Amino acid sequence: MNHTETGVPLFEVKDLRVSFGRSETQLEAVRGISLTVNNGEVLGIVGESGSGKSIGMLAALGLQPETATVSGSVRFKGKELVGLSRRELRKLRGSRVAMIFQDPLSSLNPVMTIGAQITEALQLHNDQLSNKAALERAEELLKLVAIPQPDRRLSQYPHEFSGGMRQRVMIAMAVANDPDLLIADEPTTALDVTVQAQIMEVLADLQERLNLGLILITHDLGVLAGHADRVAVVYAGQIVEQASIDDLFAAPSHPYTRGLIASIPDMTADRERLFSIEGMPPALGRLPVGCAFHPRCPMCQEVCRTTAPLFRGNQKHEAACHFAELAEGGR
Amino acid sequence: MTRYILRRLFAMPFLVLGIVTLAFLLTTLTKGDPLTAIVSERQMNDPTVIAAAKARWGLDRSLPERYVIYVGNLVTGDMGTSFITRRAVAQDILFRLPATMELVIAAMIIGSTIGIALGVLAAYFRNTATDHFARLFALFGSSVPVFWLGLALLFVFSVKFGILPGPGRMDARLPLPDEITGFLTIDALLAGDLRVFIDALWHLILPAFVLGWSVAGTISRLVRANMLEVLGREFILTARAKGAGEMRVVLRHALRNTLVPTLTVIGYSFAYLLTGAILTETIFSWPGMGSYAVSAARGLDFPAIIGVTIVGGVVFLITNLITDIAYVIANPRVKLG
Repeated sequence: MNHTETGVPLFEVKDLRVSFGRSETQLEAVRGISLTVNNGEVLGIVGESGSGKSIGMLAALGLQPETATVSGSVRFKGKELVGLSRRELRKLRGSRVAMIFQDPLSSLNPVMTIGAQITEALQLHNDQLSNKAALERAEELLKLVAIPQPDRRLSQYPHEFSGGMRQRVMIAMAVANDPDLLIADEPTTALDVTVQAQIMEVLADLQERLNLGLILITHDLGVLAGHADRVAVVYAGQIVEQASIDDLFAAPSHPYTRGLIASIPDMTADRERLFSIEGMPPALGRLPVGCAFHPRCPMCQEVCRTTAPLFRGNQKHEAACHFAELAEGGR
Repeated sequence: MTRYILRRLFAMPFLVLGIVTLAFLLTTLTKGDPLTAIVSERQMNDPTVIAAAKARWGLDRSLPERYVIYVGNLVTGDMGTSFITRRAVAQDILFRLPATMELVIAAMIIGSTIGIALGVLAAYFRNTATDHFARLFALFGSSVPVFWLGLALLFVFSVKFGILPGPGRMDARLPLPDEITGFLTIDALLAGDLRVFIDALWHLILPAFVLGWSVAGTISRLVRANMLEVLGREFILTARAKGAGEMRVVLRHALRNTLVPTLTVIGYSFAYLLTGAILTETIFSWPGMGSYAVSAARGLDFPAIIGVTIVGGVVFLITNLITDIAYVIANPRVKLG
């Protein structure tokens, strides 16, 4: 089934907001994010730590902390998830929508065998499945993510695995029930560079084979190159630019995006220092008036200090900057 | 694992010898004169009686001599004769240890169950009424003295409302079952006497609850703190993302990760209560180790004091070994060796 053909996107987020605390002192971590992922599409979400990219995606699946308030709309295959009962959400999680996290060292239960954790994921969504069949399937899954000696590995505990191997296990567990959408939250951040590449390969390979919709959350734009179809750049809880990966790299419209691209280390360039965007991202509750990026923006004008910019551009490439065209032209 | 257990078992006799030596020295080196326990006050001035008593109990020999004789006898299971009961100390202890064991095991079952349940609930519903109640319950259990709690509960449940029986292990009018394990409840079941079983169980409730409450307090606070820490870890998020329900997240994923510290406290409390249930045993007229230890200490009953100390030490050793083995089962990262 290809839902794009019937007009219903696989995953559609509209004006998602996540805030903490009570009315007066409410802090908004996610300030109205809208994005769409189609079947088999890879969307990269990039932004600094604390920009709200992870909490937004957690909230979309009802996994936000208890203290958070979520509003807006999240539709999965047309079905609204915000306000859905816990039971219904549980049925979706781990079966149709799966998630993997940043730190493979702490995201597996240390006192359960790998086999027990994978079979749990299987049996939670299929109570007919016998233990034996579940273990066989778990072994297949470990093979799928290229873990050697899968039968022996099943009876081992997480501490007997390296970081990269654990992330493979997480991926195997996530795709156990053949999901339609996989949300990978900084899947390679905690890993060595060489292992990062291997994990990205495993993810890309599975994405293609299983025709997964994939959301890749990262703070490293470089990770997305060659893997994402489209990219959404998040700054201070809002998307500031959204475009296909090629357009984004070829013609970044938002000054923040240009800063991010410039900060990717370039091994061929003969530069003394790495480029970095000046200043710090704003703290929650201390958002500047006007454009949230203006204190750090090299092309800030008077209007940026007073008025929040709206999106400019078209469906394919949009940016929230008063001078989006100018920036584009400036390249 | 097997090798580790064997090695620990091999070391055990040496540790026991250490305990024996310490118990023997500490007791005999005290200022008290055991003769006051053996000979009546009037006869204390009669040198022939004193000499006879000294010869009878071996007090005329030198300390090293007495030590060697004691250890020699101990190997054959002879712990000497009590000055007060005039029975073999080993026999006295064999009669009293099961009574205490039964009480303490019941107390630990009650205490661990309530403690773990409250700790889990308090952590999951932190800063709610449930949490406040659990913390108050824990605070009460660990701060109210057992002698007051015991008396208060006896007054309310036995005297005032007559729901539960008074002190003692069972109704004296009922026939004692044949002693097989020394646990009244189990012996009654083995004898097929349901009436005695229920009566013994009924008598067990109050003292076990009094002892268990303080344990529950300690355990619930420990479990709460550990659960709070574990519930914030990333693998809990993984479990939820897998589609696991809250029950499963809490019991299967979180609670198991808090077991190691909990087992430590359970093991320690168990060993401690075996010799430390003195007040409860006194209030509930429980013929256990605690009351035996008290009467032995009061009467300068050297053989009994040494005997109780040794048994207490050995119980600690065994409990420690069992706790260490339980660690491995609870936490696969622990490697014994």
